[in-house]
Amino acid sequence: MASRTKGKADSGFAPPDLRAEPPATLRDYYRQMTLIRAFELRANEMYRRAKIGGYCHLNLGEEATVVGLMSALEKRDYLFTTYRDHGYALARGLAPGAVMAELFGKSTGVSKGLGGSMHLFDAKARMLGGYGIVGGQIPPATGAAKALTYRGDPGPDAEAVMCLLGDGTTNIGAFHESLNLAAIWHLPIVYVIVNNRLGMGTTVERASAEPELFKRGCSYRMPGERVDGDDPVAVREAARAALTRARTERQPSLLETMSYRLKGHSVVDPATYRSREESQRVRDLDPLPAFRSRLIEAGVLDDDDAKALEEEAEQQVAEAVDFADKSPDPQVKDLFNYAYATDVANASRRLPAEPVFPVADDSTGGAS
Amino acid sequence: MTTLTMAQALNTALRDAITQDDDVVVFGEDVGTLGGVFRITDGLTRDFGEERCFDTPLAESGIVGFAVGMCMAGFRPVVEMQFDAFGYPAFEQVVSHVAKMRNRTAGAVQLPMVIRFPYAGGIGGVEHHSDSSEAYYAHTPGLKVVSPSTPADAYGLLRQAIEDPDPVVFMEPKALYWAKGEVQTPGQPLPFGRAAVRREGTDVTLIAYGPSVPVALKAADAAREEGWDVEVVDLRTITPFDDDTVARSVRRTGRCVVVTESHGFAGVGAEVAARVQERCFHSLAAPVLRVSGLDIPYPAPKLEHTYLPGVDRVLDAVARLQWDDEPDTRWLDSARGGAA
Repeated sequence: MASRTKGKADSGFAPPDLRAEPPATLRDYYRQMTLIRAFELRANEMYRRAKIGGYCHLNLGEEATVVGLMSALEKRDYLFTTYRDHGYALARGLAPGAVMAELFGKSTGVSKGLGGSMHLFDAKARMLGGYGIVGGQIPPATGAAKALTYRGDPGPDAEAVMCLLGDGTTNIGAFHESLNLAAIWHLPIVYVIVNNRLGMGTTVERASAEPELFKRGCSYRMPGERVDGDDPVAVREAARAALTRARTERQPSLLETMSYRLKGHSVVDPATYRSREESQRVRDLDPLPAFRSRLIEAGVLDDDDAKALEEEAEQQVAEAVDFADKSPDPQVKDLFNYAYATDVANASRRLPAEPVFPVADDSTGGAS
Repeated sequence: MTTLTMAQALNTALRDAITQDDDVVVFGEDVGTLGGVFRITDGLTRDFGEERCFDTPLAESGIVGFAVGMCMAGFRPVVEMQFDAFGYPAFEQVVSHVAKMRNRTAGAVQLPMVIRFPYAGGIGGVEHHSDSSEAYYAHTPGLKVVSPSTPADAYGLLRQAIEDPDPVVFMEPKALYWAKGEVQTPGQPLPFGRAAVRREGTDVTLIAYGPSVPVALKAADAAREEGWDVEVVDLRTITPFDDDTVARSVRRTGRCVVVTESHGFAGVGAEVAARVQERCFHSLAAPVLRVSGLDIPYPAPKLEHTYLPGVDRVLDAVARLQWDDEPDTRWLDSARGGAA
């Protein structure tokens, strides 16, 4: 099976010709990228102000990848993501207010505040998580792809699954188990390695014997491809081709997008493993200003248009923060409601300070 | 009624579920062509096709996670882990995703899946083929944990497990696969959370489940000769736990021994003992004792019968339940070494 590299690799990729794209499409990509950027910057701020608890992983620097992938994914398709999932939720159409409220742990969040930053979920949008454990999503995504094969025949309108994972995840067992399953059973799935070159603080080169990760698909006779993750159009094209293979041939693929995350692994990580020079280089490669310049060069946007989109994004995110802030906290009384679908007698619903046993009981000298 | 082995009863339950519900699919290592190491899935692929029962590669985490994804798309998967300890590679999926998905999504996702484990020892199977791993799962909120002791229960509980909206860890005692009993087929699901009083008695309650139930019944017969009238309660399901049946029995008999094949320390037996003393303290004439497997890795075949809690150890515990008028504190000495 062919494995290839396309686009600019740390700038060896050749960028696609933007003039071939409808201007409205490009403009919308920039709109989405700015929304994600604004959302993530505010999430960062809200975390520091202790409005958000738990852990919080941002898509800063990966906006082009997010928008490119989500533009290729159709509404009928299913998405499984890593814990770095805010941007994908927004691009998949989840309301920014409900996503921010989920980060805040509020009852108006997409999962009533019970899932949090790492587990964004919306069955209607076919976004099936957000998984907080590295690679946890890969076997379930593979199973969902199997389920699709029971529902209909392959064809251009068939449904498919996209499963995202990070570069470090390609070293865990479940990755290999799942790719093997998908390949032997011909499942309609696209695995996407969002390679930001660091598994927390460990580089891909130190962690992976084959650092060109898309080549790992070869072991499963699965086409692999590497694209410039800083270019939404290149990402979209590669993802669309892979999804088409999944739909029409039930041929799974392994796509690798190359990008950098602008900040640490999570909000609390100061990224001290990066040198000052490296940090500066990453900032210089920021895909957002780069795409903005390209759009202005191509005549799709002028500076005022871009500023208007940026202000619109700021406004949307400000409203989302306001909505989350004013939303009610989850109720203690609902704490036990979701562990099981049916009552489980021994799953105690007793809260601290409540009596261990109900007072009235027909006990014959019992303690109840 | 038909006479079936537990293995046949489980196979029949799978067949009836597949026939009645198009969403039921069975998969796992060698469950198809071979019909499973213990032949529980024998003939399912032949009779229902590969769509309904299929072989997987060796990939336990993949298999269990795969079932999660299938549930999300509306299926009711029944997966087999070939042996108890073969489930450990899948532990991450079971504990981190299977058990937590419903809570994490505020009820938006239900996972009506069954993970079947041939478990426990007594067949010369050595370690990792003889583990009693139920405590790991019982300790995890979000899972239901079931272990039948008779062919009829195996049928009814497996049917319920497949119909149940929650994920079920279904622990099948290997040593009882070939035990025979009467089974109604096609039969009904047996509701969870209802312990069975297998034998009525007035003097002491033995509480057991799965592979320990026949041991408790044999011990009860032997105790008769010593003049003790022993009641045996079979939990059937560890989660949900039937506090009512257990407490009603112990309040009446005033004495209680919990028999489990698993290691004693921090095991299900400890939980049962704690629940009994919480509910029956004023009815107890003696401390609640535990008889369990030894706190060592499951031994090689020549020594496994020393490990297993047999009739003698159960009777020994019963004998130490302070039958004299004067309090008997000899148990203090032996308790120093751990579970009785």
